[in-house]
Amino acid sequence: MSADGSNDPDADAPGPDAEGPSADGPADLAAYLRAEVAATDFRIVVATMLAVYALFAVFTLLAGGGLNTLGSTWVRLTFLFAAYAILSLALNLHWGYTGLFNIGVAGFMGVGVYTMAVLSTPPDAISGMGLGLPLPVGIVGGMLAAALVGLVAAVPALRLRADYLAIVTLGLSEIIRLTLNSATLSGWTIATFGFGTGGGSGIDLPARPTDALLDTVVGTALVDVLDPTITASVLRRSLWVLVMIGFVIGIYVLLARVGNSPFGRVLKAIREDELVAQSLGKDTRWFKIKVFMLGCALMGLGGILWQGSQGYVSPDSFRPIVTFYVFVAVIIGGSGSNTGSLVGSILFVGLLFEGPRTFGNIVSNAVSLPSAPGTFAGAVAPLASLDVTPLLSYLVGNISAFRFILLGVVLILIIQKRPDGVLGHRTETAAAIDLDRPAANGGGNDE
Amino acid sequence: MSDAPLQVRDLKKTFGGIVAVDGASFEVEAGSLTGLIGPNGAGKSTTFNCITGAHTPDSGTVVFQGEDITGRRPDQIANRGLVRTFQIARELEEMTVLENLMLAPKGQLGEQLWRSVTPIARGEVIEQEAELRERVWETLDFFEIDHIAHDEAGTLSGGQRKLLEMARAMMTDPDLLLLDEPLAGVNPTLEEKLLDRIHELRGQGYTFLLVEHDMDVIMDNCEHVIVMHQGSVLAEGEPEVVQSDDRVIEAYLGEIDV
Repeated sequence: MSADGSNDPDADAPGPDAEGPSADGPADLAAYLRAEVAATDFRIVVATMLAVYALFAVFTLLAGGGLNTLGSTWVRLTFLFAAYAILSLALNLHWGYTGLFNIGVAGFMGVGVYTMAVLSTPPDAISGMGLGLPLPVGIVGGMLAAALVGLVAAVPALRLRADYLAIVTLGLSEIIRLTLNSATLSGWTIATFGFGTGGGSGIDLPARPTDALLDTVVGTALVDVLDPTITASVLRRSLWVLVMIGFVIGIYVLLARVGNSPFGRVLKAIREDELVAQSLGKDTRWFKIKVFMLGCALMGLGGILWQGSQGYVSPDSFRPIVTFYVFVAVIIGGSGSNTGSLVGSILFVGLLFEGPRTFGNIVSNAVSLPSAPGTFAGAVAPLASLDVTPLLSYLVGNISAFRFILLGVVLILIIQKRPDGVLGHRTETAAAIDLDRPAANGGGNDE
Repeated sequence: MSDAPLQVRDLKKTFGGIVAVDGASFEVEAGSLTGLIGPNGAGKSTTFNCITGAHTPDSGTVVFQGEDITGRRPDQIANRGLVRTFQIARELEEMTVLENLMLAPKGQLGEQLWRSVTPIARGEVIEQEAELRERVWETLDFFEIDHIAHDEAGTLSGGQRKLLEMARAMMTDPDLLLLDEPLAGVNPTLEEKLLDRIHELRGQGYTFLLVEHDMDVIMDNCEHVIVMHQGSVLAEGEPEVVQSDDRVIEAYLGEIDV
């Protein structure tokens, strides 16, 4: 780590021109804007988000999309931002704050979503079965179930070293997915109540509560007004996205409070050196169990708001790759920082997850490329005769697969050049108050 | 005799086939500055780890303030007022000096998760934090490390880390402090400062058990010295007495011969 740290100073300076002391000249405008944006965490997040929106606006307009397409793109982007933001905040609590290496995020999401589904899906659903309880009961139930599964995993595993927790959580995540996939549980009933998971064919989910808003008088009026430019389906999805953003803000505030408190201080100490925390009289076992359960409950909630809001879910949505994506978002933003988790989620979704695909669509629309060669050799061979079009169409045609190469490259660059994430090294002081020397203390030495 | 706050009886600890501590017994008197010395491999650090709960002794008892604490967890022992520092300073690197010190005090309301996040209860947490902040700054001033208060602990020099570690241990308000080689790797100026602080705190009624490799430091500063050799107590008494003990000289000279 210390060897990596020596790289940091060069990487930290955003550009040599940013060093200018006076803010008069137009040359300093960029530096001035950067300083202004960096002034508060809220602005950093909003600015990143606006930048990604702008990028996608350019993409969409270049591809000849109209306002509705743009709206639909933005809603989809925001949906994924919010989903990844909740999960990365939860993972950051585990890994960034406490150093608990949980690589079973997808499993805890699955527990949350399926518990919600079994509790709240109407009993007459086509696939899978449920109890038809009110949605809030399902959501709270899902979070509790995820927390309890977390407890079951944590009690034996937290006594072990960090790497063993990783293996246990990864294994648990796959066990959960395979259990949900099993045919035995697909149509399970007790008396007249169905608890079926639907097996590999998945389970129907309760409708989004926000959808009903558009059926009210105000809602239908709104749909009528906007209809030609923004379709009702985009509007319906955007209402749900607003709910998700509300959750993101709520969870951010909650976790900021957890972090900026004596509790968060102990978490940080456990991450740094657990024996020190114990030697100062902290019963670290309880801190780890509590924080693990809280994080798992939030992962369950994240799963419910994301996978649980699409009418239908199957075990395929909870493959380990999802956990990997969440880790990428946290690493990009810098582990240990809540704001970093938000920024990391936005950048991951915008530039690595959705960006390449959208870009590929534009290129294939704008340039009429010949059909892509079937093999990589077929794409590269014509380069000998300076013909790049086969390679280009191959790249565009397989852009979803090439995303993974891009992901790998970005990860390596980040870990090598900016191990503390894109925001650089951040100190979010773990205390409920400002720790500066109180003015009334009469010290006044250097403060 | 039996009112000594720390009583160690027949302590034994083996690692595989190696006997690290072999029936060590000693006491630390209230308000004393007791030194524990011995050549390399004498079992000083293992004894320390057994007393503070980092290791569980194979046999023997550790009694602290009349209570048997043998084999308790480190946090239980620390909460009873027996607090240690480490031979190689284990500062919490990515936490600032302030955070390191704020971490230590016992009985912090905000260490309960629900109090930290619920609106009204958090008010009490904030109040307590403000009180702790006062104490933290007093401690920083006392150890003269207030100028590095906002630095991350990982950036401090070796001597500053030792000061930080002692300051952090003091923040727990201990009855007895176990210092594991607090002067190792510390330059003479800081060494002087650290010893001053130890003497001053002792004057305020704190009890110290000091493990040191450096014979001179112990002889000059402690009024009671325990010499360990090959896992058990070889000699015990006032520095002058211990210093002239033939067995002690042999143990130390023997080490040099090897």
